[in-house]
Formats: sequence, C-alpha cells, structure tokens
Amino acid sequence: MTVPPLIKREFKEYAEKHRLSPQEQEKLMAIVEAVYQKSTYDPEEPVGVVSAQSLSEPATQMTMRTYHFAGTAGIQVTLGLPRMIEIFDARKEPRTPTMTIHIDKEHQSIEQVKKIAEQIKEVKLKDIVVSNVIDLTDMWIKCRLDSAKVKEFDIDAASLPKKIKLRGAEASYEGGNLTLKSKNLDIRALYKMKYALLETHIKGIKGVSQVVVTKEEDEWVINTLGSNLKQVFEIEGVDYARSFCNNMFEMYEVLGIEAGRTAIINQAQYTMEEQGLGVDVRYIMLLADLMTVDGEIKAIGRYGISGQKASVLVRASFEETKKHLVAASVRGEKDQLKGAIENIILNQLAPIGTGAFDLVGRIPEGFVAEEEEETTGKKASKTPSGEKSKAAKEKKHKKVKAAKPKKEAKKSKKSRK
Amino acid sequence: MALSKFRELEFSLMSPELVKNMARVRIVTSDLYDADGYPVEGGVMDPRMGVIDPGFHCRTCGGGIGDCPGHFGYLELAKPIIHVLYTKFVYYLLKHTCRKCSRIMTVAAKSPKAGKKSTATAAKCPHCNAQQKKVTFAKPYAFYEDKEELSPMTIRERFEKIPDGDLKALGIRGGRPEWLILTLFPISPVTMRPSITLEGGERSEDDLTHKLVDMVRINQSLKENIDIGAPEFILNDLWELVQYHISTYFDNELTGVPLARHRSGRPLKGIVQRLKAKDGRIRGNLLGKRVNFSARTVISPDPRLSINEVGVPEIISQELTIPEYVTNLNIKHVKELLRSGKVNYVLRPDGRRIKVSEDNKKDLIDNLTIGWTADRQLQEGDIIIFNRQPSLHMVSMMAHRVKITPYRTFRMNPSVCPPYNADFDGDEMNLHALQTEEARTEAECIMDVKYNIKSPRSGGPVIGLDLDQISGIFLLTKKTTLLSKEDASQLLAEAGIEADLPDKKEFTGKELFSMLLPKGLNMEYKANCCENCDDCTRSGCEHDAWVIIKNGEVKSGCIDAKGVGAFKGKIISKIDTLYEDSEEVKNFIDRAGRLGIAFLMRRGFSLGISDLDLDSSVHMRIDQEIKKAEKESNILIEKFKKKELKILPGLTAEASLEAQIMNTLASGVSNVSDIIADNIKKSDIIVMAKSGSKGSMINTTQMAAVVGQETILGKRIKRGYMNRTLPHIRPGDLSPMSHGFVSRGFKDGLTPFELFWNIMNGREGLMDKSLRTRKSGYMQRRLINALQDLKVQHDLSVRNANNQIIQFMAGEDGVDPTKSDNGKINWKEYIV
Repeated sequence: MTVPPLIKREFKEYAEKHRLSPQEQEKLMAIVEAVYQKSTYDPEEPVGVVSAQSLSEPATQMTMRTYHFAGTAGIQVTLGLPRMIEIFDARKEPRTPTMTIHIDKEHQSIEQVKKIAEQIKEVKLKDIVVSNVIDLTDMWIKCRLDSAKVKEFDIDAASLPKKIKLRGAEASYEGGNLTLKSKNLDIRALYKMKYALLETHIKGIKGVSQVVVTKEEDEWVINTLGSNLKQVFEIEGVDYARSFCNNMFEMYEVLGIEAGRTAIINQAQYTMEEQGLGVDVRYIMLLADLMTVDGEIKAIGRYGISGQKASVLVRASFEETKKHLVAASVRGEKDQLKGAIENIILNQLAPIGTGAFDLVGRIPEGFVAEEEEETTGKKASKTPSGEKSKAAKEKKHKKVKAAKPKKEAKKSKKSRK
Repeated sequence: MALSKFRELEFSLMSPELVKNMARVRIVTSDLYDADGYPVEGGVMDPRMGVIDPGFHCRTCGGGIGDCPGHFGYLELAKPIIHVLYTKFVYYLLKHTCRKCSRIMTVAAKSPKAGKKSTATAAKCPHCNAQQKKVTFAKPYAFYEDKEELSPMTIRERFEKIPDGDLKALGIRGGRPEWLILTLFPISPVTMRPSITLEGGERSEDDLTHKLVDMVRINQSLKENIDIGAPEFILNDLWELVQYHISTYFDNELTGVPLARHRSGRPLKGIVQRLKAKDGRIRGNLLGKRVNFSARTVISPDPRLSINEVGVPEIISQELTIPEYVTNLNIKHVKELLRSGKVNYVLRPDGRRIKVSEDNKKDLIDNLTIGWTADRQLQEGDIIIFNRQPSLHMVSMMAHRVKITPYRTFRMNPSVCPPYNADFDGDEMNLHALQTEEARTEAECIMDVKYNIKSPRSGGPVIGLDLDQISGIFLLTKKTTLLSKEDASQLLAEAGIEADLPDKKEFTGKELFSMLLPKGLNMEYKANCCENCDDCTRSGCEHDAWVIIKNGEVKSGCIDAKGVGAFKGKIISKIDTLYEDSEEVKNFIDRAGRLGIAFLMRRGFSLGISDLDLDSSVHMRIDQEIKKAEKESNILIEKFKKKELKILPGLTAEASLEAQIMNTLASGVSNVSDIIADNIKKSDIIVMAKSGSKGSMINTTQMAAVVGQETILGKRIKRGYMNRTLPHIRPGDLSPMSHGFVSRGFKDGLTPFELFWNIMNGREGLMDKSLRTRKSGYMQRRLINALQDLKVQHDLSVRNANNQIIQFMAGEDGVDPTKSDNGKINWKEYIV
C-alpha cells in the first residue's frame, strides 16, 4: 500500500525544506510508509457500526433548538439534531433551503454584487404595491404601485400586465396604477383573485425570499433563503464552481451524484461542527458513500437503504416485519446469511471483526495430548485459565491458542518502535 | 460449539401436502380436555402435538419438556379460506391473469418491447382474447369482479390454472398461487402456545389456543351444516366466521376487522403481533437476549483503582462463576479451589451438574478428574466486561480486571467515567463474567480499557482526568507551588507512586509532575488557563499558560484540562500514540489522577458563599453596567415605537428589535463578567474555571452578579397573557424586565418573577432533553441498521454483506481514526 497523496505532498515539502538528498529521502520515506501502514484499518473491522455510533452518540448531546442565526447574515437555518435527521432522511426539500453564492473575480465590486443579489431576490407584486382597492360594482381590483420601490427594484411598470396571468381577468397599467378587471361576477372569486394577484411573481428567482450580501474573507458572498441553483448559475458573474446550496438533492440534480455526495459530507460536517462536536470526516464520508453508491441519493431508513437490503431477516428485524416476511415467502427469497444480524438470529458466529476468521491451530511436532484422546474435540479448543495454567501453557507449548489475526494486529500496534 | 452451520435460509409458501405431511394429528374437535382434565385426542391440545406439562412425555417423539420441539396438526377446512396476509398478492394475481385461461396478461407478453411490463390491466386477454372484467379488492378479504363477489373457491380454481411458466414472470417463486387460498390449515404445536396452570388447578390457555378453538368449532359446524344441506345464507355466515377467526389468528390488527378479544376484553395476540416490534420475537428474543453470569449494582468512585480495574463486591464475586476445565495441568489448582470453597458447581463429563456443599466437598475433591468442569467463583485479576446503558458507543462496554472489594457497590476510577457517561449520583452499571476462552482472549486483547483510551469517533482521548484530579494537578504545577523533600515524598507515597527523589531540598510541583512523564516526551501547547492576550509572548507567558515539555520534563506552563483532561488531553493523546505499550498511558492516567487528588487533599479545596463576595464599589459598577444595558434597550424600544429603528437585513422590524435588545443585554452581561473576572477573590471557584475542571466564568457571573436573559426557543420570553408575560405587567411592555431578563445573581437572590422565568427556562431544558433522547435514539437505530454490515476488507475497501463496494479505500486513505492523531498521521514525529 502506498502512502496517500496528502502525506506524499507533505513529505515533499518537508524534503525540500530540509534539502534532503534522494538517499535520505528514500530512507525517511520507508519510515513514513511504516507509520502509515500501522495506522491503516485492520481487515474485517466493522467500520459501518463504528461510523453509525460515532455519528449518533454525539447527536444525543445536540440541542434540539431548531433555529439559529447563521452568522451575522441574519438568515435562520435549521441546525442541530433536526437538521442531522433531515440529512440522513434525505428529504427532497430541507426545512430551510439556503444558497451560498460566490461571485467571480470580475464582479467583485460591491455595486456589481448588489446588482446580482437584486437579480436573485424574488419580487412579488405585493412588495411594490402601496395599497389595493376592490370595486365590487365594476368588479375590478386597483393596486397603487410604490414608485420608489418600482425604481429600486428596477421594474418596467408598463410591462407588468403581461406578467399577470390570472384566468378570467385582464390587467392593465396606467399612471402608477395597476388595474385588474374580472370577467365574471363572483365576489368571492374576486377576493381570492386579489391574493393571487398580490402573490404574482414579478422578478428574480422564485422561492428566494431573503438575500443577504456579506463579506467573507475579502470576498463578497451572497447568502439566500430559498434555493434554485439552476437559475442562479445562469446569472452572469456567479462563480458556479464554488456556489452551493444546502439541498443535496438539488446539488445532485444540477451537478451530479458526486456533488450530491460532497453536499451530504459538507452539510453533515457543518452541522456537527456548529454544535462543537468533533467527528472524524471519514465516518461522514462512509455514510455519504453508502447513501450515493447506486448513483442516486437514498435515505437512511425504511424507504431507503434499510428497506432495500438483500437479507430478509435484516429487513424484517428493522421495521415492517410482516410485510417483509410475507413478501419473502411469496417470492421464494433466499437469505444468504452473510451479515451480522442474520447470524445473531440463528445463534451463529457473525462474519465480522474477529468472527470473520477461522481458527487454525498447529500442534507442535511430537506432541501427544494425553487427555485429548479420551475427550471430544469440543474440549480440545478450551484451554485452562488461571495464571498457573497459563504459565504451564507457555512452557509446554500445549496449544497454539486462538491466534486470531485481530489479536496479533492489536498487539503489533502496541509494539511500535 | 456448533457442529454445523446454516448457510442459507429459504422462504416459501406451504403447500397443502406439506401441511398434511408434517402433521401428526388431524384435528376434529374443539374440545380441549375431557371430564378428568386430560387433553382430548383430536382436539387442539392433543398430546401428540407436544408436551407442556413437566413429567409427561411426548406421544410422538417421546421427548420430555424441552426435548420435544412440538409437532403440527392439521385441520381440514370445510370450505377454502383466503390467507389474509396474502390478500395483496391475491389481488395482484387476479388483476394480472385472465379470468378465463389464467394466463399472464401483461402488455409486454405480446409487444416487442419486452422488459417493460405494464401494470395496467388489459381489456382483453392477449392469449385467449376473452373480455376482462374489473377486479376490485375490498379490505380485509373480499374480492369483486364488476360488483359480483368472487368466492375463495373460484379464486382458487383460477389460480390452479396459472401455468408454472407464467409464475416466474409474475414474480412468484415461493410456490403455487393456489396455496394462498387455504384448504388445509396447520394447527400449531402446543409447545408454541403453552397453557399455564393457575393456583387452584384452573387452566389458562394461550391466545392462539383460544383462536384455534373458535376456528375448529365454527369449521365443524360449517361442515355439519353442509352435510345436512342447510340454506345458503347460513353457510355463508359460517364461512365468513371461519374466515374471520383464521384471519385474526394470523393478524389481529387488520384494518376493517374488529379486534378479536379475550373474555376480559383484552385484544388477543395474533401471530404477527408475536413477531412484531420491539418486544416481539425478532427484536425482543432473537436479537436481544437476557443473559446469565451478569451482575448489576450502584457504582461509586475509587481513585486508587487503576483505570482498567473494577471493584467487585465480595457477595457478587461469590455468585458469578467462570468455568474451569479440569486438565492434567490444573487439576491441583482446581482441587485447591474446591477445598477453599471457591467452586460453586462441578460438571461431570456425563452432563450432571452438582452443587458443591460442605457435605459433598470431600467426595468431590476425591472424585474430580480430568474432563470435569468446575464453575469457580470470580477471582481477583479475572477479566470481565463492564457496561453502562444506554450503550451508545463501543466504549460503553469495556473490559476491566476484577478487584474484590468490601461493601455492595462496584467501584471504578473516576477517569473512566467519560466513555461510559457515568457519574455517581446513583448510576448503576452491569458486569458480565466471560465464559469462554475465546471471549476472554478478545476482551483482553481488544476491549481492555487501556486499548480504548483513544475514541474512534474523533481520534482524541476519551479517558483522562476529571474534576478534582485536574484541579489538583493544576494547583500542583502552578509556578508558586514549592514542596520540601519531606512533603514531596509524602505526596508521592499518598498517591502510591514509587520514584526516587533526587537529592534536593525543595521541589517544584512541575518537577513532581514530570516524574510521571515518560522520558523522551517533547511537546509545546497552549493550556486551558490561557487568557487569549492580544500579543502572545509564548514561553514568557505571565499566566504560565504556555506549556513546554522537553524530554519528559515540564519546563514551563500549568498542566490543566488541555493537557490531561478527558476529550482534550494533549499529553494523554501524545503518550498513547507515541508509546507502543498501552501500559504507559494507563499508568500515566492512574498516577496523575492519584497525584492530583493527593495534592488537593493536602492543600484543601472548598468554596463558600463568601467566595462570591464583591466590594461595594464593584457592586456599584455592575449595577451601572446592567442599568446601562437596560437603558440602551429602552432607547431601542422607543426608536422602534417611533419607527426609527435600524432594521437588520432580512428581518422584520420586530425581529430586528428583538435581536438588538438581546445583543445589548448580552454585551452588558459580558461586561459584568469581565468586571467580575478582574475583581473577584481568587478563590477555588476561579481555580476550577481556569483549569477547566468544572464550571466557567459564566457560572461565576450568574452566581455572583447577574443571571441574564432567560430564553424560550432561543427568544426572549413571549408567552403568557395577551400582549404581556405576567399579569402585573402593562400590556405591550417590551422592556427587558418584563420579558425574562434576570438582573440579579443567585447569591443575592431572584425576585419571584425572575425565579418564574428562570424556571420556565429550566422546564424547556427538561422537555428538550426527553424529546432529544427519543429522537436521537431512533436515529441511531436507523443508522446502525443501514450501516451494520459494512466492513473493511483485506484490500482496505469497504463492502457490504453483498460484497458490493461502498468505498474503494476506507475513509479515502485507509487510515483508522482510532490509530490516528485526531484524524491525522503525524509522521514527522517519527523522524528524528
């Protein structure tokens, strides 16, 4: 196994700094390699369970408090345990979708950034209307536009009627007033129409209700509440290589599964770190990899990974026992009993960790077991315990005992130079 | 040890032939017992179906209780019955097969676009061109074809005609579809539904037996009615009733079916209910079992024990046993154990278990030979597993060495509390005595506390000093601590540390602490007591917060939570990674903990109310500071009312006001905190906060001066009456005082209203906690279930039980965080 790239890079820097000769480098590299080897996983290590525990044990210490201010930006985001559950559940739409939009170098002035932000923020008709009146005799709604706001949002007021597409009504614009005439005479429908009219999307990206421009390390960044990456990427000046949203499904749909995976990792890690809980990234990566192996994002739970497991017993023992057992019998399913749970159910040694290895004992040459002839093989695998017998064991080489690779590995770790 | 192993488990449907072949009895009567109280032959409790009474033998296999697994019986149903659990599949089959020729009716059957199966029902059969009718399924078990009910008989006839070749396409591989309609019903063995004899000789039958009795009775009466040619509606009623009983036998929680109840009104348990959910057979009995050879009691601290020891009360040690297999190597030893009364049972090779008593002891010692097994009592030095629930972690179960102690509690070193998340306010813990050599070996080589000092979660230590241990070490290693040689040696003796003191008159605490460090340890770090000065002078730190350790000697800096604490302890982490032998870290933690406590005991450590006393001038400043914050808040409120308030981006006016008030008050409180930090007596409270052993400056401020803003859901307190929080407040008042700002400290005492707010906050915390444990518990179950069969292969790839590759390289670099240093490999430390 070669040393991972990160260490290689570090080593190169180190070598350059200390001006090491190639021979010295080679010598040192051998040490580094040995150190790396000692730090790698033991085979058959149940990483899955360790990952699950490492992720969920700190979750018990997380706060339930849903909302938190994301920095000074003033945008409230779901965090803590609810957010963690949201990520693992792979919800299609997070409770608080947000985007972090980076701007490319050419558009880094505050004016330009603000302009981009303006293009992103959704403007509804109600945002630019001062007052509205309903005339029940002639069946029309009249909205007075706020000329200052119209200017601020840079809206062409005359083109407004074209954006209003309400059935059974016709809009017109005249001198700062927007009038909507209804063709039918239902008063209740007219009232309903008023609300629909005020909610009309005028400008910006649908669903983005808040836009905050902040400076992060010498760089202007736009944070939003509400997300639509696809449309944002089409705006000029947006650095689509670095902008992201907190909805991994959106990341997956717009940028592909690898981006989805990265989104899961980043979001989970951010949530953990925000709560001040340190979890090794490797565990989060494993989880994200498991959720995305098949090229689509699958949830942790009944309808995702757990519901699609190959083993009937694993599925039945998780949730919906009846459904899985009944379906298995009709389909004539076969359980290969390769996992841990299945073997626990059947009272067998599970093929995981030390249980994945068979014992091979070698009886020293010329050794004759006095008592072994008269007893069964069952007894042969047992060794007497107690210090006295242990000493005797070593002395007489009675049996090569339970030399499980795990044991050796653990011991070798401790016998480092 | 199992001789054979299950390789595969196959699920399939039961054919009527199978039901008949495996049955030993044909059930014909619903009577259970005759007048003499003996089970009736041909009844549901037929003795040929197994034994449940002690002393009796099975009429089929001859086995006694426990040997006889039980045997099935069968019931011939007068009319076919639909198996409720399979109604979905029956419906599916009816929809997708022709009503005339019973062939599969998918559009794909004829169209060239094979593989794309349409689920829509075809109007005409592609095979025989018969016009189809619309099949509907009315829960729980009725089927209609254009409003005309389909009897189980017709359904069965149709299914019989489905050719085997079509079954595969329909996705049915577990047997013939007509088996979904029952004609012969398997009567479960008595062993799976034992009756209990109440006192007074009255028998109480199992729920399933009750169900079976009903089933057999109605079936019998249906048969008789058919024979006498009873009218159709009577037959249909009875048929329906049999269907009901059989359905509820399988599942008594069906939608649209009234619950079958016991005479007492309690719903009966069907087979599905037996298997399902937490306490069901699968999760309750197969995956989780009750164990023997375990003990549980209250825990208490004992810093004199090593971290990998556990104090076991003598009474417990006498009860728990470990099998000792008698061989020619240990026979003398076992005999000695027997003589001293340390063996509870002996097991003869023929399987007889004999309890050792004073009377038979002599005989047993004489008879004991190779091949016997002696269940000996727990001894000092035995390895056992110690556990505290909830076991959220792998380090919630670790192996300890037994130390026999008096009294009735388990004792443990307080340094191992963090991984178990234990404290001594009444916590109980479990202990498991290991029964096989394999288990003991694994516990010794993998589960021992000393191998689990580093948490797999973060790669940092989970075991380290805590509370007084840290306070002690901190005070000891302070610059000003000087000890005479006499004191120093006394201290080391109290801590149980053996070391040679150099010939010197005076010792600094740092020198003493350095004796615990292994030679060759070099490190430099910033301690917990660092005050975050603007320009750090590093080694010249006036607070002695820059720790330098050279060749195992503390050159400067105080040792505190950052160095030796659990979770943070840098020294512990370093010793663990650098030294091959885990004994080294273990000894370090043991000795440092004892030294800390020994020093603290000599110095004395306590706090009192007067520790929080402040000068009247300081009090004035604090009051001013708080008044200032309140005034500023009131100005904000005024501005808000005049609509002049600065509105924060993305917030409403109200929200901006709230945010700004909270900010002003918080900064006011933090100013108070600073004043206190500068002026409070340097008492032991401050020692604790500085060393990181317990508490913080915030706690001190809350006690001495001001508690601050109480919040509900992260906001100021808003709930209560309309527009006000409490009745004595004017409606619409937005001032800090009326929304949960507590301007007094705990020492001075809160006003009744302030106390009320404080309690509101406390209640929120309680609710949050109970809600959180439930939510995160379920999350953990789901995570474990999803990830449980992933493991690292020999090529360092991660695969699941299906051998599907999840990661090509575990964690992208193959590094086990447990073997890393906080997730990294510090290879530079190995290069000298």
